[in-house]
Amino acid sequence: MRSSRKVLALLAVLTLGLALLAAGCGGGGGGGTTTGGEAQVGGTLVFAGASDPVVLDGALVSDGESLRVIDQIFEGLVGLKPGSTEIVPALATSWEASSDGLAWTFHLQTGVNFHDGTPFNAAAVCYNFDRWYNFTGSFQNPSASYYWQTVFGGFAKTDPKSGAPAESLYKSCGATDDSTVVINLTKASSSFLGALSLSAFSIASPKALQDYGADEGTVDADGIFHPTGSYGTEHPTGTGPFTFGSWTVGDKLTLVRNDDYWGAKAKLDKVIFRPIADNTARLQALQTGEIQGYDLVEPQDIPTIQGDSKLQVLDRPAFNVAYVGINQSLPPMDKVEVRQALAYGLDRQSVVDSFYSGRGVVAKEFMPPEVVGYADDVTEYTYDPEKSKTLLQAAGLTLPVKITFWYPTDVSRPYMPDPKRNFEAFAASLAKAGFAVTAKSAPWRPDYLGNVDEGKAQVYLLGWTGDFGDPDNFVGTFFQSPQKAWGTTEKPNKEIMDLLDQAETETDLAKRTDLYMEANRKIMEWLPGVPYAHSKPALGFRADVQGYQPSPVSLESFATVYFQK
Amino acid sequence: MLRYVVRRLLLLVPILIGLSLLVFFWIRALPGGPAQALLGERATAQSIRQIEHEYGLDKPIYVQYVRYVQRVSRLDFGDSVTTRRPVLYEIKQRFPATVELALAAMFFAVLLGIPLGFVAAKRYGGVVDNLSLVASLFGISIPIFFLGILLKYVFSVKLGLLPTVGRIDALITIDHPTKFYVLDAIVAGDFPALWDVLKHLMLPAIALGSIPLAIIARITRAAVLDVQNEDYVRTARAKGLPPRVVDVRHVLRNAMLPIVTIVGLLVGFLLAGAVLTETVFAWPGIGTWLVDAIKSRNYPVLQGGILFVALIFVLVNLLVDISYAILNPRIRLS
Repeated sequence: MRSSRKVLALLAVLTLGLALLAAGCGGGGGGGTTTGGEAQVGGTLVFAGASDPVVLDGALVSDGESLRVIDQIFEGLVGLKPGSTEIVPALATSWEASSDGLAWTFHLQTGVNFHDGTPFNAAAVCYNFDRWYNFTGSFQNPSASYYWQTVFGGFAKTDPKSGAPAESLYKSCGATDDSTVVINLTKASSSFLGALSLSAFSIASPKALQDYGADEGTVDADGIFHPTGSYGTEHPTGTGPFTFGSWTVGDKLTLVRNDDYWGAKAKLDKVIFRPIADNTARLQALQTGEIQGYDLVEPQDIPTIQGDSKLQVLDRPAFNVAYVGINQSLPPMDKVEVRQALAYGLDRQSVVDSFYSGRGVVAKEFMPPEVVGYADDVTEYTYDPEKSKTLLQAAGLTLPVKITFWYPTDVSRPYMPDPKRNFEAFAASLAKAGFAVTAKSAPWRPDYLGNVDEGKAQVYLLGWTGDFGDPDNFVGTFFQSPQKAWGTTEKPNKEIMDLLDQAETETDLAKRTDLYMEANRKIMEWLPGVPYAHSKPALGFRADVQGYQPSPVSLESFATVYFQK
Repeated sequence: MLRYVVRRLLLLVPILIGLSLLVFFWIRALPGGPAQALLGERATAQSIRQIEHEYGLDKPIYVQYVRYVQRVSRLDFGDSVTTRRPVLYEIKQRFPATVELALAAMFFAVLLGIPLGFVAAKRYGGVVDNLSLVASLFGISIPIFFLGILLKYVFSVKLGLLPTVGRIDALITIDHPTKFYVLDAIVAGDFPALWDVLKHLMLPAIALGSIPLAIIARITRAAVLDVQNEDYVRTARAKGLPPRVVDVRHVLRNAMLPIVTIVGLLVGFLLAGAVLTETVFAWPGIGTWLVDAIKSRNYPVLQGGILFVALIFVLVNLLVDISYAILNPRIRLS
């Protein structure tokens, strides 16, 4: 008996001891020297993303976390006005196109050096463009060079087995002198300039690319490429306001202010990126101050952050579109009256009001209002269930009309925070409009996306976030080429495809805008799907973090950020 | 003894081969592949074909398996599809984190569980016994992720005593020669960093250790109750040995057998990756790595990772069996 009492006492002491030990200061902070009430220079900001970056080589990534870090280290020829998609000079001070639109001349900033001290000049620009054009093997994989393929198409030697586009918009690059570079295209393109603001086309130090083997690797017996260089993981070298410090995967990535930066120097000393995958974990880390900012705030967490005086929410301008997609090759969706009936049968206003936490607006076409080519006068389909029924009967169908409606599970997208609720509300409103909805759901990836891409889904929820501020990145992506998801491989709409082709190559901005507006009007008549929302994604920060400028395309710089007490 | 160990190690071979076959075919039976995982909405039919070609997924499945076996025999487990780094490198990065967390959780569970079970058994039917019963039920029933979030809310957000995420504060930098952050801090002689690492370990260890704590407490209680009534204990007491000596040398020592077995099995289980705890505390271990790999159909990671976890589990079980033989002379000498 005595010994067990001793054990009990020991237990109690241990527990007490643990509790006392734990009473040290918890949490961390990051502020710099305090100067009360003013902006302060210095300090370290800790920002949480959802995962580690893949590699810090802009040409080889398309994931948001890699691009976020790349945007601090690298710059391109052109940039975007903060908070918008308007093109402004960056490493190029001015530019002009030849009259046939095939040769673009860029005048470069002078006196700029890369982080390794080598000079930024026209030869460096051409080195980068030629590097991308000459990608071979594994680098031609769309998960690697997605943006090159989207904007320029093919390569110098496109592997026919890889399925990449055979032709390329890019022809060559020439350095007229140290600060003048000419990029030659194979055909006129107007989306080319806007696309140059993409992080994929940022300019890296040729010396670093070579010294650290950016393209080096071994190809094994199966033809699989294994990267061996250390450029993208240890020596990314650009011209931007921050330089690469260190990177411990799973722990943190540190950037350091570039004190030799050619433009306005950053205010922070350092920026540290931490990967925190779970949304609640990110929120709690912000509440304790272990991080001072994070991206992809869940809609249900926004009231929590707004209600805390030590925290703030920042909005990204809406640059996405959520839509109900339709596969026209699956009857009865091939009849335009049925598609119109579907459009009139969706109560979009109610969905946007209820499930977007006050951060959505109803969409009436397949691109957001900020993009050039947006037409205000497209046909609109306000909720009218009686009209739906009339249209269905006029099409010779007996009510209710059976359709299968797909929605994804296990995901929240910026344009569609709660797919299931959206679906349920739409199904309910369609039931009143003469439709009998059969629900089909699947986990977002790869199942749901796979089924949609293969054309298996008759009616489905999907959306798109724009990469760069060009209408081609929206309606061109959807409708310029036949796709199984829309059923346009079986029933292509030649008129709209030709119109979009024409708009893409038109170099006069006014004419181009008119062409895209015309395309939007025609698309909303043709009604390949029903757009329903544009929404504003949100970032969360500590209240003393100022100067962060959210961008519609998530091209955001930490150089303007500072702590304010 | 040696023959026993060698025989057990040889058994590893058919286990791993069978498992690799199972995993290989199972993950390919799952719908979809890495393409949609990599590209999301940006996947087109063309890009999907490109990616499948890249990873050899368009070949017949037996061809794929033969190639896989050839690569594995060269100890080449391929690269992760999402991070493009070698699978072996990722295991080396992530496994120490899992080991550290598992050991911390077991340390917490054993430190509290054995004394708790012992006292409960000694005070059979008393207040402590009933309280420990309630606590065990609570420990087993409460979902780990909920416990983790609750612990974080109370101790971090509200009381500000402990951190919520990661293994170390973002502003502290130390070298990582061993990748075990506790050891790294000791090696560096950086005691503020060591304290910070320990603080980061506390809440995840408590959350993860809640179930082992409950189990160990109950098993200890049952084992002690069992042994207490044995003849040799009565003899020891009758001989006039002090109660403490009886308890330690005779009761606890013999009760240890089932306890050690359970502890070993639990460690093996925890080393397989504590997904929920790792998610809630952003702990970069094996658990979340494997679950993410399933979601993104990251075949190389799944194949290499599951084999590795199976290997660890088998080895830990072997160690448990050997330690059992060491502790129990009856087994050893038979």
